[in-house]
Amino acid sequence: MQVNKDGNGYTFAFSIILVIVVGVILSSLSLGLKDRKDANVAVKKKMNILSALGVESTRKDGSEKYDQYIKDSYVISHTGVLQENLPEEKQAFNLDVQKQFRDKTIKVADRLYPIFEAEKDGEKLFVLPVVGKGLWGPIWGFVALADDYETIVGTSFDHKGETPGLGAEISQSFFENRYNGEKIAIDGTFTPITVVQNGTGSETQKVDGITGGTITSKGVERMVNETMEVYYKYFSKNK
Amino acid sequence: MSKTEDKVKAPSEPLFSKKNRRLITDPLSDNNPITIQVLGICSALAITVQVEQAFWMSISVIFVMVFGNLVVSLLRNLIPSRVRIIVQLVIVASLVIIVNESLQAFVPDVSEKLSVFVGLIITNCIIMGRFEAFAMANKPWPSILDAVGNAIGYAWILVLVALVREVLGSGKIWGASIFGNNLPGEESGLYAIGYMNNNMMILPPMALIVVGIIIWVQRSMNKELVEEN
Repeated sequence: MQVNKDGNGYTFAFSIILVIVVGVILSSLSLGLKDRKDANVAVKKKMNILSALGVESTRKDGSEKYDQYIKDSYVISHTGVLQENLPEEKQAFNLDVQKQFRDKTIKVADRLYPIFEAEKDGEKLFVLPVVGKGLWGPIWGFVALADDYETIVGTSFDHKGETPGLGAEISQSFFENRYNGEKIAIDGTFTPITVVQNGTGSETQKVDGITGGTITSKGVERMVNETMEVYYKYFSKNK
Repeated sequence: MSKTEDKVKAPSEPLFSKKNRRLITDPLSDNNPITIQVLGICSALAITVQVEQAFWMSISVIFVMVFGNLVVSLLRNLIPSRVRIIVQLVIVASLVIIVNESLQAFVPDVSEKLSVFVGLIITNCIIMGRFEAFAMANKPWPSILDAVGNAIGYAWILVLVALVREVLGSGKIWGASIFGNNLPGEESGLYAIGYMNNNMMILPPMALIVVGIIIWVQRSMNKELVEEN
């Protein structure tokens, strides 16, 4: 039988078959590799938490070091109340704070906030995830707090697609280190830390922003302040 | 545009006949996709800051090209001509997703570094160009050879540009310092006697200048390549 390859029927049939075949191949591949990809993402998260603590780790020893440094983890609510009996996917490590931040159906008041309690060189530290918006997309990171519950001892920031060389510099250590030593509270009251663009970052409660990356820098400011305010509610009650 | 577009026929020629060998060797120099046809420049510009990235990008492109050309060639008599560009696009997009998923699963660090550029392989003009110009009109074996030739022709230029940029821009090869330590205060090796990395090499425009120099060297070595006008 001669098939008319220029006919509409043939074109449609070919396209449909092609799409089904390609769909099956790609979805089975994606499912087959899911475990490996998830494991990679989890290790990366552990490495980021460790990096806020100032601990260098690699993909190989990331999990091991995480177990060594992180002693406890728990989740608090937006009002600063410790949450118990949470389902598996809302446990501190499994909780996807970025997804929660993006999800418009979850009210701000219903957001959950994980806390990772770490011990480094005999000192107790708290690692707190932060999420926010940069210029082009999401930014996120971790802030490590000393056990006076107010001094920042380390941060690690990352971003999805900030401008390379400008906003993207927030993930460089020179910027992350600028937060070190800043306090989120003075005399027991939460006090925001401003990111400034006029070079006065050495003053208290001020951090120098990135030249040419003003909107991203301001995004970091909002992200850190909004999240730290929530955490401080919990810490001020549980000192 | 090129000699390789001529239809390759002859039913029972040896696997590596002279004609078939030319399919591989031509794109390496005299008909190089980057320096002669000046295609795929965007990725040459974007990911040649470090040799490692350029290497993985090259491997990905070789994979996509070889399998893409093979699949297109096998389906060449079945693909309806009115939707052939879309079909080619579906094939290259699927292969790129396969590459991306595999990178995420097996070499996550590389996947992070290449980030969006893997996805941009889909728009690499060399690939669509070979599908349309060669694989649609030729048998599978010559198509594979053509893909290998063109992909390696792309790859070696990419790695060469990356090598120049990484050595001069960061003083490293594959992430390892070759001129000593350049941290302020603890300089050693060449840096101790005042050598400095050329930061301009890291910026994208320098990729074009390096490619330009390669094109110049190539054309002054082989005068036949110089355009008449």
